Order: sequence, then C-alpha cells, then structure tokens
Amino acid sequence: MAGETQADGGRHPLFMPAILLGGVVFGFGLGLSQMYRPEVVLRFLQLSDMGLLLVMGGASVVAGTAFALLSRTGRTAPLTGTQFGKRVKSMDRNVVLGGGIFGVGWGISGICPGAAYASLGVGNVAILYALLGMFAGAYLQGFVRSTDDTAATSTEEPA
Amino acid sequence: MLAETLLPNGWLHYLLGGLLIGTGTVVIYATTGITAGASTFLESTLSYVSKQSRFQQFRFTSTRDWRVVFTLGIVLGGAIYGLAFGEFGWTTEVQWWRLLFGGVLVGVGTRLGKGCTSGHGVCGVGSLSETSLLNVATFVGIAVGTAQVVMALGVTP
Repeated sequence: MAGETQADGGRHPLFMPAILLGGVVFGFGLGLSQMYRPEVVLRFLQLSDMGLLLVMGGASVVAGTAFALLSRTGRTAPLTGTQFGKRVKSMDRNVVLGGGIFGVGWGISGICPGAAYASLGVGNVAILYALLGMFAGAYLQGFVRSTDDTAATSTEEPA
Repeated sequence: MLAETLLPNGWLHYLLGGLLIGTGTVVIYATTGITAGASTFLESTLSYVSKQSRFQQFRFTSTRDWRVVFTLGIVLGGAIYGLAFGEFGWTTEVQWWRLLFGGVLVGVGTRLGKGCTSGHGVCGVGSLSETSLLNVATFVGIAVGTAQVVMALGVTP
C-alpha cells in the first residue's frame, strides 16, 4: 500500500510537503470552481446549472491522463517507491448501496467531504454542521460493521 | 443560446477549478503513487479516538497522519482562495438541518460505497474503473432525484 507508515518511521522528507501541496491545489480548485458552496452544487442537482459536469470532467481528465501515462512507464513513485497503478476498488453490492445513500445525503445537503473541507477554509463556519454529520455517519457505519466483523472477517482491499 | 441555458453562471471558473482539482490529485500521485480520496479521512481520523475494529485496520492507522495533512491542505487551499478572491467569510444559507442530516448520510454512504466525489468521481472515473463509474452514476442519479423532491416540497434554501 502506498504511503503507509514505515516500520523504521522513515518516510521521504518531501512526502508530507508533497501531500500538503497537493491538498492546497485541490482545495484552491474547489474554491475557484465554487463547489465549496452547497447552493452551487444544489443548482446542478436541480438541473439549472451544469457547471459541476465541467468541474468533475476537467478534474478526471487531468487525473486520468496522468494515471494512464505514469502507469504505462512501469516506474515507481519517487517519494515512496510505490509502483504507479490505477485506482482499483472491488465491485460488490455496497458500491451501489453506499452510492445510493451518499446520493440522498448529497441531494439533501449539497455538500461532499472534500468540498466541505475547502468550505471550512473559506470561512463558512455553518459547514461544521455537515462535517459533524459526516463524522457521525462514518462512525455509525464503522460501529455497525465492526460488530459484523466479529462474525465474518473483512475481505476489503487496502484503500 | 443553449450554453446560456445550461451554464447561466459562466463556464470558465468551473473548468479551471476542475483542472486544478485534477492537478492537486496529480501532484500527490506523481510523487507518491497514491490516488487520494477525501472521505477516507473521516474513518482514518476516527481511528485516533475509537477502538472499533473497523477503524483500527492497518489501511487506516498507517495512513491517518498524511490524510490529516491532505485535509489541512484542502482547508488551507480554500482559505487562500477565499482571501485572494474576496470571498473569505462567505456563509451558506442552506439550512443547518439539511447540512447535518445530509452530512450523516454522506458519511455513511461514502464509507460504505468505498469513496466519494474525489475518490470515485475524480480518481476512479479517471481510471475508467467500472466500480467507480457505477458508484458515480448511482450517487449522481439518486442525488438529482433527491434534490428534485426537496425542491418540490418547497424547502429553500
């Protein structure tokens, strides 16, 4: 798995700065694209402004191009030694069930995790309600699934 | 004009913002090989305070420190944007109960479904992953339907 804590505590000294820089650019983009405003996301979901398609389309084309080109080189990432690969998640019914529950929540609130972090940065303190809810929801599913795990071992792949 | 009907508030800031979101993802990927998503932070951070076995998995405990840094970077990026463009301190008018209860469902759904708008929507769609394409089609479709119902019920904003 990429980016895990090494047994000797040794990570490349530029590892955390690279993560921070990526986060800053990512957050600035969420600001510029106005996705930090639930109102703008809700306008898309109400089908009155299709801007969100440009945001997600632009972001996934840039990311997808880099993933494809770097994966093809067969090389490893300079700061971790991790082999460049694509994002692979296993398919099961939770992918659809979770997507459906997320969809209801997104349709009610107009906010998703990354956009909520950026929104907090812009100074939108009301978004703390959404962040509180997200942590509560993540805890709730984790609590239920921890109980499940005592009966059946989790077979999920690393994130 | 069709463009003015579909994009009544312009298009350039949407496209440039999206390209930057993708660029931030690439900065992390090109240096570390990580395809980062934003919602894993919720569970990996809970591993600091909860002993539940779900959160204590190695994939959360071994990545929780950099996920905190990633999230702080996103907060900082939002702050820099707000200050640079005179939008700092903007506050949503969407009602608190929508944010709170919608947020709970976002927390459950993104973690059960293995990702959110960044992990599945940007990284997964960029990877042309069938799992992510199915997840994104599901949450966008359901969210459009939900938002239509909420609007029809007269809830604004």
